[in-house]
Amino acid sequence: MSKLRDLQRLLETKEISCVELTEKYLDNIERQNKTINAYVRVTAEEALETAKKVDERIAAGEKLMPLEGIPMSLKDNISTKGIETTCCSKMLQGYYPIYDATVWQTLKKQNAVLLGKTNMDEFAMGSSCETSIYGVTLNPNNTDHVAGGSSGGAAASVAGNMAVFGIGSDTGGSIRQPASFCGLVGLKPTYGTVSRYGLIAYASSLDQIGPITGSVEDAAIIYDCLSAYDPKDSTSVGSKTTTHDKLKDSIKGMKIGIIDEFFDGINKDVKTSLEEAIRVYEDAGVQMVHLKMPGLNAVLPVYFIIACAEASSNLGRYDGIRYGHKTDTYKDIDEMIRKTRNEGFGKEVQRRILLGTYALSSGQYDAYYKKAQNLRYSIIRDFKKIFESCDIILTPSVPVTAYKKGEALIDPIEIYMMDICTIPANIAGLPAVSVPCGFDKNKLPVGMQLIGNNFEDYKVLNAAYQFEKLTKGSYLSPEVEI
Amino acid sequence: MNYELVAGLETHVELSTKTKIFCQCTTEFGGDPNTHCCPICLGMPGTLPKLNKKVVEYAVKAGLATNCKIRNVSKMDRKNYTYPDLPKAYQISQFDQPICYDGYIKLSSGKNIRINRIHIEEDAGKLIHERGDTYIDYNRGGVPLVEIVTEPDFRSVDEVLEYLEKLRLIMKYIGVSDVKMQEGSLRCDVNISVRKKGEDRLGTRTEIKNMNSLNFIAKAMEYEFERHVDILESGGVIEQETRRYDSDLNITESMRDKEDVDDYRYFRDPDLVNIIVTEEEISKLRGELPQLPDEKMDIFINEYGLPREDAELLIKYKKIAEYFEEASRDIKNKKLVSNYILSQVFRRMPTDSGKEECAVSLPPKYFGDLISLLENKKINSSMASQALEKMLDTGKPVSEFISQKDMEGIDEGTLREICQRAVAENKEAVESYLGGKEKAFGAIIGYIMKVTKGKADPQKAGDIVKEIIKSS
Repeated sequence: MSKLRDLQRLLETKEISCVELTEKYLDNIERQNKTINAYVRVTAEEALETAKKVDERIAAGEKLMPLEGIPMSLKDNISTKGIETTCCSKMLQGYYPIYDATVWQTLKKQNAVLLGKTNMDEFAMGSSCETSIYGVTLNPNNTDHVAGGSSGGAAASVAGNMAVFGIGSDTGGSIRQPASFCGLVGLKPTYGTVSRYGLIAYASSLDQIGPITGSVEDAAIIYDCLSAYDPKDSTSVGSKTTTHDKLKDSIKGMKIGIIDEFFDGINKDVKTSLEEAIRVYEDAGVQMVHLKMPGLNAVLPVYFIIACAEASSNLGRYDGIRYGHKTDTYKDIDEMIRKTRNEGFGKEVQRRILLGTYALSSGQYDAYYKKAQNLRYSIIRDFKKIFESCDIILTPSVPVTAYKKGEALIDPIEIYMMDICTIPANIAGLPAVSVPCGFDKNKLPVGMQLIGNNFEDYKVLNAAYQFEKLTKGSYLSPEVEI
Repeated sequence: MNYELVAGLETHVELSTKTKIFCQCTTEFGGDPNTHCCPICLGMPGTLPKLNKKVVEYAVKAGLATNCKIRNVSKMDRKNYTYPDLPKAYQISQFDQPICYDGYIKLSSGKNIRINRIHIEEDAGKLIHERGDTYIDYNRGGVPLVEIVTEPDFRSVDEVLEYLEKLRLIMKYIGVSDVKMQEGSLRCDVNISVRKKGEDRLGTRTEIKNMNSLNFIAKAMEYEFERHVDILESGGVIEQETRRYDSDLNITESMRDKEDVDDYRYFRDPDLVNIIVTEEEISKLRGELPQLPDEKMDIFINEYGLPREDAELLIKYKKIAEYFEEASRDIKNKKLVSNYILSQVFRRMPTDSGKEECAVSLPPKYFGDLISLLENKKINSSMASQALEKMLDTGKPVSEFISQKDMEGIDEGTLREICQRAVAENKEAVESYLGGKEKAFGAIIGYIMKVTKGKADPQKAGDIVKEIIKSS
């Protein structure tokens, strides 16, 4: 079940040319993007140029590379040389990177067809794309609801058949949550497997790039292409194993951990879907292991302190001097920087910068940042222990289904809480995938999260693939009509 | 004056690695503004630093050469502050785990100046103020530095100057920095306090920032010391603050542009992994260290028998010291070599930078050959110095200027004849000499040297002349 492979087959048998395929997707964007707002920038010209190149290679009888000729999208925080990259912030409007992110370089080399840059919460801070300067991204499944965030545009581009896959980034759930909301597969790989070079940082120790796709197999193919050691990223280690060749491995005898704390207070429909999913696994001979993780309640404060602290430092560079937004009038450099930042950053970003600055300040460091770091280590230890008694962990991706438009802006704390299931994997650097596993009473998709041990991305993908197969892909987004 | 000066130093030394600390850009000084830059050292969004291994090696060498302990595992931290010359709004530095710690440099008095720490960090760019506008040159941004921090062990300006000279020399010798103060590759912050002599408690300190000339450091310290004493004498209180030295007015002034106390919000840089230096690597780097100035001094004085002042002059310039060592390799009387270097060679290098370069085209081996002839009395000193001048001019060996025949010198009979003629033709000088004017004797010898074209041994000639005068 791979849209990617199916399309490549059509290209190779010349049933459709890459230019035609690209045009179809551009048409879809043309028709839907006004409503959905998945893309903040469409790169039609570049896309067709690449497509032409691919067609020439096919005509010359060349074998296609794994991602060659596939129309795809990039989140707007991934640096693309010469293509405006804004993090959907006023602060970076008019910023054209002078270099390519490693991930984009890899995709480019593969002749993947970039359709455009997708919407996101400003600097990836948010979970509904509603903090984006370009406005909310709607859920193609139901446009009264949001697509999620922060990689909401990436998810909507795939769910709305405006891209075969989207590349997003995940700091606390930003790939998995929108994938869950949109009925897609979203993979946050092990920290360090995919290069962060060129990803405009939100929280460096948590950020990780990954794919949002219509099937597990696609996610595996893309992960295998993108996970490589990058000398430009000191925290990069690359991947220790490929995943695609292990998808079909039997999961009989596999041990899946169920941690009760993850199921506390989740939405009833979500719970029902997950219980059903657990049954599917059990029927396939998977053993469920019930475990406890009392440290889970520390996860949210740990995440917010660390993420905001790093963000406060990472975002210090936006001062209006070298690129991006700069205020019109000022009397001296201090006022220029102050006004520029005040105008350039939205409310949520300012909130997090202030939070992080406070957590790192000399009087507060021990009480907040240091304590959060210590708790982070203890969470990592907890997971180590948990993985002694199971292969992977199964949790809801999000305790709820897609928010209604505007809902996320009302009570930020409430919405922060909704990241409780996805955040632990970022804190511990673990691989985690969200797979569609049902629908709520309003036909909104429900996502199941599988978390693996470090560098065992293949295990979560294997289990996810088998689930998709066992359920005959019935929870996936509808196929593209070509 | 019953006040005592107490000072500590923070010295920034630019490392002379080929590339910057976190990217591949050149560290070369100068260049058109913003031409030695890339997305990484410009801190463009999304870029990541990659630590240059050479920087770690150089820092470890600096630590070993200053008797520091080396941390096997250290990390890089972010020092957050906003300033236009710092494109990321944080400087990557080391906060609580410096790579080197607990060292010292010994002064000639035998006193140790304790080194608290040496850490690695990146330099910032430079602001250029021109016609009311401010421009930024990021060429220097990301050039690697070590910051060497002492304990407050200095009690005089002279100690500070000697320490800095020593530090400079050590860095130069181990090849980790050019330490050109005029190019800013060695810059100093001085922390000063004063207290009544005999007191143990430290007074409130002030910090004078960013000085890059020994002369200014001395003047600034003297000024600041007087200022503290004046305040205390008039019953005032010293305010802990950062000050800058104005060399035009020869005063220090408060840098009150930052209203509140800086809070750098240090935290570990999540983009960089631990710096690991194994014991094997440390001993390998220790093995690569050359002989340090202090060891050389000891050998020059105690083994070669050079006077301390001469040894200091040679050692002050690494290349000169090496030239001396090469040239004197086969010479027993090392002082002979040193004398000729300090006189005739130094005369050709009037400036410090000239001596630093030691641009002598004469191979040290040829230099040694010449001195060997002198040492073995094949030629006399006047022949040696005449030949040396020509050799230094041309870079050619002694055989070009002194023939075998010249070296045979003058036989005793001929010399005696010439001496007799000298006495006979310099009656006046002989009279004066007999009258007690020692100087007049020189004129007689001069005559002999002139007649023999320098070939006569002046010592021997002198003996013969005295004999003739006595017997006449």
